[in-house]
Amino acid sequence: MSGWKVFGSRAKRLEDPALLTGQGRFVDDIILPEMLHAAFVRSPHGHAKISRIDVEQAQTMDGVQAVYTLNDFRPHLTNEHLVVGLPSPAYKQELDRPALANDEVVYVGKPVAIVVADTRYIAEDAAAMVMVDYDILPAVADCRAALEDGAPLAHSTSPHNILAQFDMGYGEVDSVFANAPHVYSESMWQHRGGSQSIECRGAVSFYDPIEDLVTLYSATQAAHTAKNILIDMLGLDENQIRVIIPDVGGGFGPKLVFYQEDVAVVLAAKLLGRPVKWAEDRREHFISTTQERDQFWDVEIAVDNDGKILGLRGSMIHDHGAYTARGINLAFNSALIVSLPYDVPCYYMDVVLAVTNKVPVTPVRGAGHPQGIFVMERLLDRAARELGIDRPEIRRRNLIPTEQLPYTKGLKTRGDAPVILDSGDYLACMEDALERIDFTGFLERQKKALQEGRYIGVGVANYVKGTGRGPFETVTVRIGPSGKIMVYSGAAAMGQSTQTMLTQIVAEHLGGDMENVEVVIGDSSVVPMGIGGSASRQTVTAGSSALLAAREVQDKALKVAAHMLEASEEDLEIDGNEIRVKGVPDLKVGLGKVAHAVAGTPGYALPGGIEPGMEATKNFMVDDLTFVNGTAAVEVEVDPETGKVSFLKYVIVHDCGTVVNPMIVEGQVIGGTAHGIGNTLFEWMGYDETAQPITTNFAEYLLVSAPEMPHIQMGHMESPTPLNPLGVKGVGECGVVPAPAAIISAVENALSPFGVFFDHVPLRPPEIVEKIQSAKALAG
Amino acid sequence: MGETRKISLSVNGKTYEEEVEVRFTLADFLRQQPGLTGTHLGCEHGVCGACTILLNGRSARSCLMLAVQVDGQEITTIEGIAPSEDEMHPLQEAFRDNHGLQCGFCTPGMLTTLIEFLGDNPDPTEQEVREAISGNLCRCTGYQGIVAAALDAAQRLREAKGA
Repeated sequence: MSGWKVFGSRAKRLEDPALLTGQGRFVDDIILPEMLHAAFVRSPHGHAKISRIDVEQAQTMDGVQAVYTLNDFRPHLTNEHLVVGLPSPAYKQELDRPALANDEVVYVGKPVAIVVADTRYIAEDAAAMVMVDYDILPAVADCRAALEDGAPLAHSTSPHNILAQFDMGYGEVDSVFANAPHVYSESMWQHRGGSQSIECRGAVSFYDPIEDLVTLYSATQAAHTAKNILIDMLGLDENQIRVIIPDVGGGFGPKLVFYQEDVAVVLAAKLLGRPVKWAEDRREHFISTTQERDQFWDVEIAVDNDGKILGLRGSMIHDHGAYTARGINLAFNSALIVSLPYDVPCYYMDVVLAVTNKVPVTPVRGAGHPQGIFVMERLLDRAARELGIDRPEIRRRNLIPTEQLPYTKGLKTRGDAPVILDSGDYLACMEDALERIDFTGFLERQKKALQEGRYIGVGVANYVKGTGRGPFETVTVRIGPSGKIMVYSGAAAMGQSTQTMLTQIVAEHLGGDMENVEVVIGDSSVVPMGIGGSASRQTVTAGSSALLAAREVQDKALKVAAHMLEASEEDLEIDGNEIRVKGVPDLKVGLGKVAHAVAGTPGYALPGGIEPGMEATKNFMVDDLTFVNGTAAVEVEVDPETGKVSFLKYVIVHDCGTVVNPMIVEGQVIGGTAHGIGNTLFEWMGYDETAQPITTNFAEYLLVSAPEMPHIQMGHMESPTPLNPLGVKGVGECGVVPAPAAIISAVENALSPFGVFFDHVPLRPPEIVEKIQSAKALAG
Repeated sequence: MGETRKISLSVNGKTYEEEVEVRFTLADFLRQQPGLTGTHLGCEHGVCGACTILLNGRSARSCLMLAVQVDGQEITTIEGIAPSEDEMHPLQEAFRDNHGLQCGFCTPGMLTTLIEFLGDNPDPTEQEVREAISGNLCRCTGYQGIVAAALDAAQRLREAKGA
């Protein structure tokens, strides 16, 4: 953007110097005097009754300070459960996690007891010596089986295995489908794994009796949420608990959740009067950190002879896991997003969330949207194939044209606000992606490759995604007597460059020197309220609040400086840490002096009659989501002998509105794409029929590594949203959303000579080979 | 405390004489005794590469070694890469300029792995860089910024050498 000093530039990140030199401070890097180390005793069974917990042997080991079970914690808990579920009328039962398991365990990995010792090594030794007697109960491992008559109950105290049920839609679905010239049905299995942030979870807590203050350092995405839950569970008041987020080594969703381990570590520290640290290890991450998992969709699309969509309907079963650790939002997002980029005259989706004996399910980067987009794009590919229409062409005929934006869908968000697609040009975005991948020249390339015995394919997928979830994120901008500009917010960072983003926005209006701005976020003590990092929301919410606060401080500073310099406000400008008269370099006053002038001197009036303090606090409020859009176009080569999928080209064109820092936006989109590629071709969180997890290390659960990753070619469109003063839309989750749909389409296209079709993700090499072999046998 | 042994080693050019539990991994030792927490633990089973350090100039997984194994040897960690407190190594500069890090958790292992690699191969291709870091997992960047940073650093190092 022209005319800006730092806003919109590829400014270097402020986070980097510390992280590049080993000076970052992640939760496990916090070492306090007298600190003890915790390990957890966890359920080894998917479902069992606990008949006895014997801690005696563990407790008497050298170096062990304490072993606590729920019974030990009970006198100190005002609420034994973590009540965190987002509100919804769809719940059929409440399943809140207890602080520790007491009489029944309902998934492998569920914490039963906490052991605190001088070292983590001793704590783990002792955890192995805690004797728990289990009576094994039948477990529910598959969310479809969970809903069958006579299925075992995932919780023995529950009436059934339905956590929630809801439907959504609009239009006359039944009559449209009854009269449609073409109806195509598909059944799809979609699976996503965990976040697998390279830093696992962790917590350090200590109690200060002088201040009567519990401090929790937690690798979380939401400090204030953690604080509020601890207030509820421990009966503390607001001044007795502070939650601080240190550097966080990736979050991607599951660190948004408040966990049993957090409260257990806090209580242990309080009871022992010494700091306690727990650092999750990778196996614990696999079995105790929330994941996304399975969705089973039965869907059908009605189209006319030209491929114009007449309607879409279906049902979906969603694996919720054993407890509600967030809400019904993940399944809701999936069902809500399906029809959004396209003109779909009628829509209906019936959704059931099934309780299973597996670790709870909550959003991972993308939060259900890749699944919904996959459903729509796969159905369009099917219709295109059946009707003999080119895949881009059927999309052209159905994408919502930019002239129709803002476009109100007949659907409501989870907060009951109307779904309004606000801005963008979906068609132009797709055409750009098609051009970049040379879609028109592809047939020729494919023909030539086939002559050489190579199977190449191309796929394309469009997406929109609601971002910038409100209602607000507080930002305070304050200049103190030091002349430094301080920015405080309830926002949280876990690698997405939040400090740099806020700094660029604030510095733009207050002197343009990013080095003069200091951002303090992820600390419940700096602002009273905060929501934190999720749903691609912080540039929209905190960014907008920062802009409004910076402008107000700018006005105030100019007003005071005008008074001090005896000049007119219009003649002043802020440059670096000074305010000066334009064109008169010597006539100036430092920001520190200006701040000092309104800090107050007893008995003297403030200059210019303004409010005390060179500061402003803003809560930019927003209820409507702003929808990003984009298109992924992918060219792959598939080896039919081994099932290996290689990328020849990967294009993503996207529109996230105004760009604060293009370098950071690109990083987010590419990173998200890597996540989507992993979800599509590699990541599978497996459980056996007893709900025992069978992929609990990085040899069994595969993440995408550098050689498998293609170079991502990116195109940017910039349609500022009218919904916030910056014109920004969220970007953190974008890359992941179209990846499964585009890649599977490309793989199917590559293998079209074999006539094989795919209806699930992840798609792994053995499944590809098997499909080809069965097709060959049939053709036989 | 379990059985201990005295070890002497050099870390980032500084000599340490420490009593260490024989079962302590090298990573736990480095993080807890000299307090060099820049070396990170991501999986503790040798796959993610975040804990990679340089042992006598060669990359090694500090989570898969015991501290007692490095008695008498030389170690470099992320804290010892920069030439001075005010100056970063060209690889560190290139990481910053090319957005080669987001959360920064995998970064220590990426840097140590690439320092060894660029020493062996000062003029690598993109594919060679990708293979070189194939044992280092990153969940944020999609590797693109890291690969760009490595290629950029290679060029800077070549130019510095030529100058």
